[in-house]
Parts: sequence; structure tokens; C-alpha cells
Amino acid sequence: MIHIVDYDAGNQTSVKRALDHLGVASVITSDSEELVRAERIVFPGVGHAHSALETLRERGLDKALKSAAGQGTPILGICVGCQVLLTGSEETDLPCLDLIGGQCLRFRPDDDALKVPHMGWNALEVGREHPVLRHVRPGDEVYFVHAYYPVPGDERDVLARSRYGVEFASVIGRRNIVAAQFHVEKSGPVGLKMLGEFARWDGHTC
Amino acid sequence: MLSKRLISCLDVRDGRLVKSVRFVDTKDIGDPVSAARRYYEAGLDELVFYDITASSDQRGIMIDVVEEVARQVFIPFSVGGGLRSADDCRKVLEAGAEKVNLNTAAVGNPGVITEAADAFGVQAVVLSMDIRAAGDGSMPSGYEIVTHGGRHATGMDALEWARRGEALGAGEIVVNSIDADGTLEGYELKLTRMIADNVGIPVIASGGGGRPEHLYDALTEGGADAALVASMLHYGHYSVDSIKQHLHDRGLKIRLTH
Repeated sequence: MIHIVDYDAGNQTSVKRALDHLGVASVITSDSEELVRAERIVFPGVGHAHSALETLRERGLDKALKSAAGQGTPILGICVGCQVLLTGSEETDLPCLDLIGGQCLRFRPDDDALKVPHMGWNALEVGREHPVLRHVRPGDEVYFVHAYYPVPGDERDVLARSRYGVEFASVIGRRNIVAAQFHVEKSGPVGLKMLGEFARWDGHTC
Repeated sequence: MLSKRLISCLDVRDGRLVKSVRFVDTKDIGDPVSAARRYYEAGLDELVFYDITASSDQRGIMIDVVEEVARQVFIPFSVGGGLRSADDCRKVLEAGAEKVNLNTAAVGNPGVITEAADAFGVQAVVLSMDIRAAGDGSMPSGYEIVTHGGRHATGMDALEWARRGEALGAGEIVVNSIDADGTLEGYELKLTRMIADNVGIPVIASGGGGRPEHLYDALTEGGADAALVASMLHYGHYSVDSIKQHLHDRGLKIRLTH
């Protein structure tokens, strides 16, 4: 059973539909105690890191996510749910969850042709083998919508990269946590396969 | 680098897929959900549904269609037609769409663009513009915004409206040429280029796509980030694969799935 974190992030239903399609049982929850006991967690997100953090705090979900992370529960962050796993973000003065060391920076392309937000299909280059990424082939494209991108402090936390003016980490991970900057639930068969692998992942990287 | 997007537009009336040629004489061509699933499986990048249902009491059918598409299709899609307020937008977004297309309602009430952008983010708001060449010199850009499938002229300059739409919070613009729509003779490149050169948000070329080379022209000479197709796919003249392969072979960055 996968628990999908509900903090009015917008895409929790899309994530649930994708899991339904794969035949993976899931439930959407905003109950922090339920989350701590969850077998597996998807932490989705759309919109702003600032309002996301505010709602997480109000519902006690920030602490629940930290507890779950500490006890080894496999966690998949998506988009804003990836960004707020880092230490901080240029989008907000609030501290983020600090489950993976690093910052989120805003795209500031020199080239006027590169519009912000970065929106559309872009390629994924896997840099480090990971069970959740085992079906990703070189050049596979996924769907992005974001103005900020994660910069982990430790290079070893970068699992895959993409390029938009700068090269940025599009999948990050540490121990039982893996997180994608793109919308796994809207990235066609490539994203669905990632979700399917996450549903089987035991939280160990090798 | 982002790939150029291939988007298909599905016109839906009373829950059925229809194709309008120059917006009159609509023909029933099937079930929108199965068409959407077929295009998704074929590797299409994005879908647009325009609800052209005439009577407002039938609008609930569209929400059912959106929900069913969202259960079967795992690429982004937008919904337009009949959306008058942020609340209307919320209904289709909650049903599973990523974006809303605002057209006629935004012409009458430009504030709806800002309301929707504030509530859902600029990435969720697409300004769809129906445009006709104004040969009489009445428009500074030479193009006028029209509504109701071209039957109503608005007196608004197309380029002016595109810039204003971006300032109000639109995250993307569909440039739909009423003159080219349904002709299958190619996109209105001059118009598309003019808009693309003057806004900082993605531009989607629409109206007139009949052959893969038309899309190539729209994505290069026309300066568009994405191209919208309808008949050339719906009637089986071309497949998603054959269009994408053509664009890829000519050097454009395209998402290939096979």
C-alpha cells in the first residue's frame, strides 16, 4: 500500500490514477500518524515551495515525513515534493525538510529563447544506477513544469540529469529517498515504469 | 533542450468527438476517450479538448470525459470551451486536466486570465486566440481577434491581445488561424512568427496543419514551440510516428517513443 501525501498540492489525484492504472493499491492521506506508519510514501507537488511548506507544517506532515524518512520508509518525491526535501530554496525563506542536503535555485537563462518555467518534454540522462530508474534508457524524455531546480550539496545524491541552459539534477536520492523534478505521473510509459519500480522498491540502493 | 511538442486537438460536443472545418458543419468522428488513449499510446506529447457543447446543461458530460481521459492517459492535457470563471477552471483541473484553455470568455473578461493564473499558476493557463487576417488596414498588426468560430469580429488587434494576455498571466498562447483552419494547406506562418517574436511564453501553432512538412515550417519559420494537429491525425492520413519521424529526420528535437 502506498500513501500519497495530501497537502492540497494539486496532483495527488493524478498520482493515484497512475498507480490505479498500474494496479498498485494507494490511498491519499493528510493524517500525519497514518503517514508515519506507511509502508511506502509518494510525496507529490505542484505550485510553490512556500505554500507547500506552510500547509505541511499546519498538518504536521513535515515532522511525519522526517520520521518516516528516518525509519527507512521508501519515499518518492515529485516536483515540489522533490524540491522541499532539500535544505532550502530560493523560492522561500522557510527552511525546507533537509532530508537531502542542498538548495533549490531558480532558472536564470542567459538565452532569451529559454523560457521560464521550463515546461515540456526533456531528456533524462541517468548518472547513477538506482532500482527506481532501471527501465530508463538513454534519451528517454519526461514531462517537466518548474521554475526552480534542485542542487544537492553532495554530488553522490544526483541520480539523473537534464539540460536546460544549465545542466541540473532531475532525479536525486539518498538511502530510502528518491525524488524526481519532473511529473512522473504525466511522463507517459517512462514515468509509469518508474512508479511501478518504486512500488516494488525496498528502500535500499544496491 | 526541450523537445518541440506535437499536440492534437479533439473537439467534443455532447461527449462525442467531432471535427469542425472552418468551425461550421461539424462531423461526428467517434469517442474522445478512446481517441485520446490511442494517441497517448502512439506517443503524442499533449492533448487539447475543446468542449463545443452548445447547451450549458450538457456541460457535466465534459467533466465525465475529462475524468475518464485522466484515468487512461498519462501525458498532460488541457481543456477549453465554456470556461467563464476560475471556478469553471477548477472543475476541469480537479477532474484531471493540467491546463485550461481560455478563449471567448477571456475576450469578454480579460480578468479571468489573472484569476486563473493566481489560483492555479501560469503554467495551467493557456490563452487560445482565434485570429483572422484583417485586410482593410483596421488592425495595426494586420490580424484581428474573432470569436464564435469567426462569426464575431472583436475589433481587437491580435498582437496587442497576445502581449496583454501574457501580462495578465497566460503561460502559453495558441495561435489559431481561422483562415487556415480545416484547409490542410499549412499554418499561417507570418502570423505565428509575429506572435512568437513578441511574447516570452510558448506559442502553439494551430489551424491548417495537413502534412508533416507544415509542422516543420511552423516549428522553424513560424517560431512555434508546439504544433497542433487535428484532421491529419483524426482521419488517419498520418500517424503520430510518421509526423514525429519526419520532424526528427529534419533535425528538430522531438520525443521519440518507439
